[in-house]
Amino acid sequence: MQIPISQLRFAAARLALDRALVVALLLGPVIGALLAFGAVAAQDATDVITIDNFTFSPKELTVAVGTTIKWVNRDDIPHTVVEKQTTFRSRLLDTDDAYSYTFTSAGAFDYFCGLHPHMVGQIIAK
Amino acid sequence: MAKKGIGDHGQGIGRREVLECMVWAGTGVLWTVSGGVPHSVGLIGDALAAEPAGFTFLQMSDSHIGFDKAANPDALGTLREAVAKVKAMPVKPAFIIHTGDITHLSKPAEFDNADKVFGETGVQIHYVPGEHDIIDEERGKAYLERYGKGSKGAGWYSYDDHGIHFIGLVNVVDLKGGGLGNLGAEQLAWLEADLKDKSASTPIVVFAHIPLQVIYKEWGWGTDDGTQALALLKRFGSVTVLNGHIHQLAQKVEGNMTFHTALSTAFPQPAPGSAPSPGPMLVPADKLRTLLGLSTVTVAQGNKPLAIIDKTLAG
Repeated sequence: MQIPISQLRFAAARLALDRALVVALLLGPVIGALLAFGAVAAQDATDVITIDNFTFSPKELTVAVGTTIKWVNRDDIPHTVVEKQTTFRSRLLDTDDAYSYTFTSAGAFDYFCGLHPHMVGQIIAK
Repeated sequence: MAKKGIGDHGQGIGRREVLECMVWAGTGVLWTVSGGVPHSVGLIGDALAAEPAGFTFLQMSDSHIGFDKAANPDALGTLREAVAKVKAMPVKPAFIIHTGDITHLSKPAEFDNADKVFGETGVQIHYVPGEHDIIDEERGKAYLERYGKGSKGAGWYSYDDHGIHFIGLVNVVDLKGGGLGNLGAEQLAWLEADLKDKSASTPIVVFAHIPLQVIYKEWGWGTDDGTQALALLKRFGSVTVLNGHIHQLAQKVEGNMTFHTALSTAFPQPAPGSAPSPGPMLVPADKLRTLLGLSTVTVAQGNKPLAIIDKTLAG
């Protein structure tokens, strides 16, 4: 029996399609993981500053304009985050509370805890 | 009965020489002020044995109502214990001075609970705010609405009782980054005017939350412009400065000034520099009450001794 060339071509094409599908299915999780990794990396870029033992950590941080910084209080005493010129001022942060601020303009921002002003930190946005 | 101690004229070493050598001491010492010169008359054990006579008032501090962390999950419970001790006193105190941090988070329910328990003493209470009392959304409005009647600015005031001039100062407002406690120019001007017509022989008792003198700068334990306030008080023969904030006893005598910080009724804090931070100090449950307490101040009429007795909840 002779199989027309056109049909062969069709079969080959279908095989290629199937193969592509298998590859896509196999690669799916990998690509997904890569995308997720990208998201994590992006979150890292937004930066978290922890408050532990009455200390902002890291105390000094340089970030790109547009970065969001999240302060998390891990002490069992409340703290606040207040910029010296009150460019930003958090509400009261009890244990495990967080406050985020996005730095939309360049500059040096000195901040402190409004309750314990010996706690200081600085963000440089550029 | 009085043991002679620091500041006593009768000893070989001059009072000033002793005072110059003195650093903040974290022990409970009974202080008396005689003829404008404070001197210690014994340790707590002796003081407790002494019968309070004359005019007595109490200092209570750092109740932190609402605090529920490991260092003391029941700050309201330990305040109740402290109040029970007040109620059991054979001589009812004339009033209570509360040197701040009534609440932990300035929440209405925390103020309500504190008021309810303090109300059981049946004694008038003169408050000054701690930094924990002015962290409501409107930064101090809740405190002033409850306790600010008749006060100026952020809640400072003065009054006279039994010939003593009492001054309540606020050093927890408008704090500056990198700084310590803050009184501010307005309050200092008020203090100067308040003292202007007072004779140098008037005994003065000043109270505020954060210590007016610097005890430990690294932890913010002091007041930036406290020295300006103390300079205004320098001409007086007897000045007693009562503070809280550091949740432990610390005493110091400088000339005619006696400095005293009270125990908290909620949780202890570490000695300066002895821990990574000044946060609540976790101690074994059976030890907690030995580190919480209140102070009794007894003033006899005339030039008789004024004594501060620190009493723990375990005692």
